[in-house]
Amino acid sequence: MALKLSDYRTQVFNDWCPGCGNFGILTSLQMALVDLAVKPSRVVIISGIGCHGKTPHFVNAYGVHTLHGRALPFAIGIKLANPELEVIVHGGDGDGLGIGAGHFVNTGRRNLDMTYIIHDNGVYGLTKGQASPTLKLGVKTKAMPKPNINEGINPIALALAAGFTFIARSYCYDVGHLKETIKMAVKHKGMALVIVQQWCPTYNEINTKGWYNGEDRIDPVTGKPIPRLYKLEENGYDGVVRKPEDVLPKTVAALTKAFEWDDKIPIGVFYQNELVSTFQERISQRITTYPGTPPAKEIIADNMGEPVTSIKKMLDELKVTG
Amino acid sequence: MKNDFIWMAGGPQGSGVDSSANIFARACCYGGLHVYGKREYSSNIKGLHSYFHIRVSPSEVGAIVNRVDLLCTFDAESVVRHIWEVSPGGGIICDTGIIETKISSILSLPFAFIEEWNKSLNERGLHPETVGDLLDEVKKNNVRIYPIPYLEMLKEIGKEIGEEQLSKLTRMINVLTLGASFGLANYDKEYVEKAINMIFGKKPKIISMNLLALNKAYDYARKNFADAGINLKTIRTDEQRIFLQGTQAVALGKLAGGCRMQTYYPITPAADESEYIEENQVFEITGSEKTGGILVVQTEDEIAAITMAIGAALTGARSATSTSGPGFSLMAEGLGWAGINEVPVVINYYQRGGPSTGLPTRHGQDDLRFAIHASHGEFPRIIVCSGDIEECFYDAARAFNYAERYQTPVIHLIDKALANSNKSYKMFNPTLVKIERGELLTEADVVGKNYRRFEFTESGISPRLPIGTPGAVFWNTGDEHNELGHITEESMMRTRMHEKRMRKLEIADREIQEKERVNFFGDEDAPMTIVSWGSPKGAILEAMEMLRKDGLRMNFVQVRIPHPLPRKYIERILGNSSKKIAVEGNYSGQLAGIIREETGILMDYFILKWNGRPMSADEVYEALLNIVQNRAQTRQVLNGGS
Repeated sequence: MALKLSDYRTQVFNDWCPGCGNFGILTSLQMALVDLAVKPSRVVIISGIGCHGKTPHFVNAYGVHTLHGRALPFAIGIKLANPELEVIVHGGDGDGLGIGAGHFVNTGRRNLDMTYIIHDNGVYGLTKGQASPTLKLGVKTKAMPKPNINEGINPIALALAAGFTFIARSYCYDVGHLKETIKMAVKHKGMALVIVQQWCPTYNEINTKGWYNGEDRIDPVTGKPIPRLYKLEENGYDGVVRKPEDVLPKTVAALTKAFEWDDKIPIGVFYQNELVSTFQERISQRITTYPGTPPAKEIIADNMGEPVTSIKKMLDELKVTG
Repeated sequence: MKNDFIWMAGGPQGSGVDSSANIFARACCYGGLHVYGKREYSSNIKGLHSYFHIRVSPSEVGAIVNRVDLLCTFDAESVVRHIWEVSPGGGIICDTGIIETKISSILSLPFAFIEEWNKSLNERGLHPETVGDLLDEVKKNNVRIYPIPYLEMLKEIGKEIGEEQLSKLTRMINVLTLGASFGLANYDKEYVEKAINMIFGKKPKIISMNLLALNKAYDYARKNFADAGINLKTIRTDEQRIFLQGTQAVALGKLAGGCRMQTYYPITPAADESEYIEENQVFEITGSEKTGGILVVQTEDEIAAITMAIGAALTGARSATSTSGPGFSLMAEGLGWAGINEVPVVINYYQRGGPSTGLPTRHGQDDLRFAIHASHGEFPRIIVCSGDIEECFYDAARAFNYAERYQTPVIHLIDKALANSNKSYKMFNPTLVKIERGELLTEADVVGKNYRRFEFTESGISPRLPIGTPGAVFWNTGDEHNELGHITEESMMRTRMHEKRMRKLEIADREIQEKERVNFFGDEDAPMTIVSWGSPKGAILEAMEMLRKDGLRMNFVQVRIPHPLPRKYIERILGNSSKKIAVEGNYSGQLAGIIREETGILMDYFILKWNGRPMSADEVYEALLNIVQNRAQTRQVLNGGS
């Protein structure tokens, strides 16, 4: 029987603020899972702390709501121990790029086959609106006593430098685009990052839906707003690496696109490279039994509780007499 | 103690102190002797002083004594550092080239050492200028000096093998002192050669160079020095023995215990364990043609190490991380997450002197209270403290059983003295390791049922299901949660869920057998009782043996699981004791404090040490004797070991 959207929903009351961008992300995720037809018990949704952190509770799948900034290492532990699972990690911009920035960078280096979705609204919502690491220098949202004294981080550029092999951006209110982007990320062989631009209706009155739609700049000819967001793929951009010599030019192109902001904000796939070995493949080189019997599947004892791991070889090496 | 021979090698770090000590120890082991070796090193790669203290005996030894019978010095500093430790009748092997060296020219001696040194010289009324002056002084104590022309000997070897580069040759100073040591003892050279072959393994050129150096020095010593009276006689034995250090014992225990995921961030002295596991990460599976594997992941920090280990544990894999104090400090938040989510994760915690970076390469036992209390909020955890290298093996395996039975973090407390000491043991018995996985469910148990991960049950334990099991889903959260694992702040649910978790400590207290929680030594009716935990065990047992020979009886409670504390047992034993003595490697007597907190029993005496060096048998003996003879202050602070 085909899976339906309701198969991925829980009964948990959703307490995000009315109009929160998270709703669009949640719906896109659930729609993507329907399209991907992956059973709930094979999916693990992992989150950090912040408004996004409640996402797993609204999805009928294994859900792991972790610590502030630590969603990635928890997820890595789960994925490495049982690589059969479809692991989708959610993080906030403060959660993933502030307190969890070290894990972000090192996750790129490892290239596990999983997906990381960052909910980027420029503020710490759950603590009432402080500046997050993606908020630009000099911007002052209403909850901030003073304008932002730090420059905003560029997550796409950082992901390129760190080694993520699928880097995309989408928008919480373009559910169709976001759903397709999540599907591509999940199908990607390697570590995928999806930055989702979202707005916080309660604390970020700067980067609002109207701002993304360009309602502050009306085209004098048509009398319509000039939207800030545009789709990379509709503008002849192709970030996919197909051969080793593509890596440098495609990285440079992605980096150039990563720095577009304010007037024109690209969404879509900035970069994708499946030529890089995954962490699972690297492990399999060392432990040939890994793909068949990863840590979660290994038998460690017989029926009587006798251990089956033989340490004889090691003990023999330590032997000095007898 | 009479039959023991105590050997020490000292030199700058990077000069092969470790390998010479390993060769020495193995050669003795091959000859049927028992060995206990203690390694002391600085937080430095090259140049600062390090030494290896090795005790050889016909029977098993569990501690060091602060005495040296033969001191091998690679440089002038080693002579100055250790000269007063050499026992009357003992000897010093040194380079003829350092005799004229001025002590004031040894720049690597730290100010704090020089201050103490000058004080001790003044007390002795001595004013030596050169190393030679010093050596002349100890000759008066009947210490024999064995000068060897290191440089000339190395040049000769260089000529024979066609190696002119002196820097390559000086690497063999360590083996020269070894050769001289065994020559003085007239020890069977075959065993030494076997040890050299073992240590330098796959490097035939290095082996042949070192064998040449060994023989040269051996013959030189035999020819030039009279009988040194060294008691190092081989013994025939058919017993199967192993020689290993604490980190290896822990690794072996974890493997046998079914650990399949190990995470770590490099830190002294814990990292050796993870590296050893990684070297041996593929192993045979008993009763199968197949091999198995353990994943070892070096993480970006200790926060990732604990959280990654927890993630793996959620999938059902036995999972652990290994660290030391500073790393464990970073793990505190993750530990609490494992507590509230009832995740069986094991932390092998190698203590060293703190706080902060403290003494990064030196011993300490300061973290018992931290292990019990780390992380905010309340949750059950089990603390297991090994007292010797063999216990490290069995405890490391057993820690997983506790973790899975009670679905909670287990902290295996080890210390630097255990981590970096080497000891010969009768072959460990892996068949004593049992695997108990607690209430662990599979697909068949949950399909079609509405599985609740945190269900309230009669036993008090909620049966556990690995994440990813078909036919069910559940949720985990660091927030307080309901039975399904969804966030709740409801007062009634909070009261029940928190109580359910906390009660697991009572269940563990009821179920874990006494023999796994305490070791008892001596006569139950002895008038004095020692209470301790961790590595002082060896020194205490030997001190007790020495006291027994003096006609003085004591008993000793070694607490192996201080949390949950075996309260009734301790109340019973200490209730019968007229003098209660705490022996601990920290300032405050942490276990004594916990016993007082939980039983109201106060210790009468404290023997404490925090100078970064393990306790030696002789200093514990002295301190206990002071108590017996009513000469002791309530607190005696030990300061042995250079």
